[in-house]
Amino acid sequence: MKPSLFGYRAPKTLDEAITMLASDADAAVLAGGQSLLPAMNFRLANPSLLIDIQHVEGLRGISVEKDRIVVRAMVRHREFELDPAVRAANPLIHEVMQHVAHVPIRNRGTVVGSLCHADPSAEMPLLLTLLGGSVIAQGPQGRREIGAEEFFTSFLSTARRQDEIIVEARFPTPRAGAGAAFDEVTRRHGDYALAAVGCVLTLDAQDKAATIQLAASGIADKPLRLKGAEALLKGSALATGDLDAAVKASLPLVTQSDEANASVSFRRRALGALIRRMVVKAAERARSGSPQ
Amino acid sequence: MSTRSFGARVERNVDPKLLRGEGAFIDDIPLANVLHTAFLRSPHARARIKSIDVRAAKQHPGVVAVYTCDDIGVLDMAMPLLIPHPCMKNPQTQRPLARDEVHYVGQTIAMVVAVDRYTAEDGAGLIEVEYEPLPVEMDMEKALAPGAPLVHEKAPGNLAAHFVQVCGKPDDAFARAEHIVKIRVQVDRSTAAPMECRAIAARWDAVSGELTVWDGTQAPISVRGGLASIFALDEDKVRVIAPDVGGGFGQKVLFFYPDELLVPMAAMQLGRPVKYIEDRRENFLGSSQERTQIHEIELAALKTGEVIGLRDSFLHDTGAYIPYGIAVAQVASTSIAGPYRIPNIWVEFKAVYTPTVQVTPYRGCGRPQACFAVERAMDQLAEELGLDRFEIRKRNFIGVDQFPYEREGLLFADGLKVTLDSGQYAKALGMAADALGASSFAADQAAARAEGKYLGLGLACYVEGTGLGPYEGGHVRIHPITGKVYVNTGLSTQGQGHDTVFAQIVSDQLGVKPEDVIVVEGDTKAFDWGVATFASRAAVVSGNAIHKTAITVRKKTITAAANMLEVAEDEVELRDGAAWVIGSNRFVPLAAVATASNPLRYAFNEAAQAATQFAPASKHDGPPLGEGTAPGLEATDYYSPPASTWAYGVHAAIVEVDPGTCAVKIRKYICIHDCGNMINPMIVEGQVMGGIAQGIGGALYERLDYQPDGNLANASFMDFLMPYATEIPDVKILHLETPSPLNPLGVKGVGEAGCIAVGAVVASGVEDALKQLGPMKFRHVPLTPTMISDALESVGH
Repeated sequence: MKPSLFGYRAPKTLDEAITMLASDADAAVLAGGQSLLPAMNFRLANPSLLIDIQHVEGLRGISVEKDRIVVRAMVRHREFELDPAVRAANPLIHEVMQHVAHVPIRNRGTVVGSLCHADPSAEMPLLLTLLGGSVIAQGPQGRREIGAEEFFTSFLSTARRQDEIIVEARFPTPRAGAGAAFDEVTRRHGDYALAAVGCVLTLDAQDKAATIQLAASGIADKPLRLKGAEALLKGSALATGDLDAAVKASLPLVTQSDEANASVSFRRRALGALIRRMVVKAAERARSGSPQ
Repeated sequence: MSTRSFGARVERNVDPKLLRGEGAFIDDIPLANVLHTAFLRSPHARARIKSIDVRAAKQHPGVVAVYTCDDIGVLDMAMPLLIPHPCMKNPQTQRPLARDEVHYVGQTIAMVVAVDRYTAEDGAGLIEVEYEPLPVEMDMEKALAPGAPLVHEKAPGNLAAHFVQVCGKPDDAFARAEHIVKIRVQVDRSTAAPMECRAIAARWDAVSGELTVWDGTQAPISVRGGLASIFALDEDKVRVIAPDVGGGFGQKVLFFYPDELLVPMAAMQLGRPVKYIEDRRENFLGSSQERTQIHEIELAALKTGEVIGLRDSFLHDTGAYIPYGIAVAQVASTSIAGPYRIPNIWVEFKAVYTPTVQVTPYRGCGRPQACFAVERAMDQLAEELGLDRFEIRKRNFIGVDQFPYEREGLLFADGLKVTLDSGQYAKALGMAADALGASSFAADQAAARAEGKYLGLGLACYVEGTGLGPYEGGHVRIHPITGKVYVNTGLSTQGQGHDTVFAQIVSDQLGVKPEDVIVVEGDTKAFDWGVATFASRAAVVSGNAIHKTAITVRKKTITAAANMLEVAEDEVELRDGAAWVIGSNRFVPLAAVATASNPLRYAFNEAAQAATQFAPASKHDGPPLGEGTAPGLEATDYYSPPASTWAYGVHAAIVEVDPGTCAVKIRKYICIHDCGNMINPMIVEGQVMGGIAQGIGGALYERLDYQPDGNLANASFMDFLMPYATEIPDVKILHLETPSPLNPLGVKGVGEAGCIAVGAVVASGVEDALKQLGPMKFRHVPLTPTMISDALESVGH
């Protein structure tokens, strides 16, 4: 469990970093290293060069803007979790962060690094998908914005090109009056989810769902918006029958194969329970006027 | 006397050092010019090796040597079969480096020695091996069938051992039974996962001809004996030191692992120190594991619930080798009747070769499997007879007046008849019921149900034969300068707190503070004779040896002090580090007594000068050292237990099961525990709590996921689900102290206790919680969410 020989560079500017990345097809970007370094120790990843972006100017900090939160590439999970302005703007984030591994890992791991790693069971990709967010990729050809659903392409795969660095992620802030909820099923606290569901919704004057966003992870090769369920629930009173229908529409989305820790039928059961519980919880929060 | 130290919650002597990060584990030991090793391990469970090409590895910069089986001389052999038994068929043990074929994924094929571990791994990656893969069968039951692929060509049917033991007349009991239950249970394979993986370092001194080996072993004296024998060295020229060791749990008592022979060999050949620090992946692949057993157990009962007969037939997975003999299966088979009278027993096992790393004892050693089988069967019997689960156990317990309770015909792992020596089983059960709130549980369960929650009560009892012989020794010496007491014994510690409990034992005899007793163990230069740390035996066997020795030193000290103080021996007491004339302020410090006990005493310091005033004016009529006496205040003695002593306990829990997410939460966990007289309740609780945490691992999380091709799919802490602190509930531990009549201290072992009953408790609780939704049975641990989901599906929920 020692990595094979690799080079190491610590550029100071983004242009330098991108030039280095573009010049070596086997180079990898190092941010928090919480996934990359274990993979290197197992020699599952053998990059020729690590480009450590921690000293790159302009990649630190969180900006809470009017209708979104911008998280730059070197923001650690723990900063995202504890930032008071983030918590005030979108309390769901703090709730989700409690499920991300453990404090020592959150101290080092980065939000954008987790998005780029694109584990289909991880919380950050789910959050970005649920909120309909995006990332900004910068490469030799310039900057481009990639929406969450386009960004996550498959298991550990994204639309980032090899010569691009994801410089920031943008998490839209739910509209006023929204209620949100998130929970996941894991074998142990802090593990990757076997199934996770997030919900953001608003209620109309008749206590029906005016808007609803529902997303799940751990069930397929990437996080998914549960669009069938959203369509069924939108405008409904979120009664048991509505939830039954939403669950039924969502179960076929479980495409993860049977594995040691979770059979398909167990994942479906857990997904169903989480959908019901998260929708009910989000609605309660919307009703009570406290988003959490 | 000072306040008695035995029985007190004395803080551990070892903790300040460990907490400050000053422990010296093997990788911390500075060795100048040291070389590092890595192994090439088999990627196949079964294959013929057609060729091995090490040329590229040898040419890699920084690689110093590459060894295959052709390069290791006398070590190219099958390693020792430690505990032979007549029931074993074709016993197979591993070779340090594979010759011609491999038998499991992870088996060592070549060793690379290099300037650092990175380079050694690079070198291992450059070795080219041509394999001819062979078919494998991972399922034990299928492996026994005719025509199944063989793990060893020499072992037909993959049968490693077949053994039947009989107590009483089981056939008669089953013939007259009024009710019979039969169930099948399974416990899956886990691993000890010690915090520090295995490690070894060796240094050869060509001038003195001495080999020094630092080995994270539980058995340094045995390792020394083996190394001396294999390398044809005098035992005195081989020193094995087990320094600070980060947990063992049985995994570190196998000798030999390949590295334990190959690293010393390389150090001798290369003339430089060599070390091997096993990494976590290697620990998963190459170090011993345990647990998989499939039991078919039957209970023959009367309508009253009295169990009059037990039949159990089980399969035991021994992995690809059986170096430790049948120990695990034998302990399981002789623990099968638990704390119950059950006078008629028939127990059979077949040990089966599977193409996996060898199975040797891991904390619990067959007991968790036996407990799971009999306790799940007792629950089933209670259900079928309409009896309460507490009640049926009470009706079957061995009574306090029935000890010693012999199971004629069952031989324990020490080769002696199973004889349970003492206990208060019914009292323990009552304490568990009270602490859990069992009497109000039905109401609590109904109230929770009304809120949509599913609570269940889990219960299990266990016994544990502990303190196996044959013997250990102790050496105790009062230091003439400091008056501190030095204690040695032959076994070694892996963090249990031996140094503190042994110090407490000595402290009471010699009237010194426990922190002034310095215990040195795990160094063959410190004590020459002994066995090892395993089978919950250190406190029982070394503890009593040290106790006996301390009594001798106490007598010597009192004799010498009485002479110095010119009073009768019965007028002397030892306390506060000195010998006192009882009821007076006259005393001599122990250092002075120790100094005076050596007829040659240069007055190096004040204590020695003080001692000279006590020069034996009275003893001018003979030689300074009388015939039959020895200088100094020291003694060596041994303790050999007449039989194992049986600890026991009752565990009970309230669990909550969420049928939606299939999560199991332990809401309350009670452990009633009796290990005889407790030397240090805090250390007992630490042992029990650690065992329970490991038991929770086995009950709900830890399962080595071998694929059909023999590859281990979860050889990392990311994928192997060892519980975190977040998964371990608060546990209430209550003690009973029923002294063992077998040894002077009245102690029983505690090391393995905690883990034994947990699987049975959790399964019992989950079953009880979900019975409200339909008849579901949980007889397989670890109990996973998928199993719960499948069970719920089977009842249409």
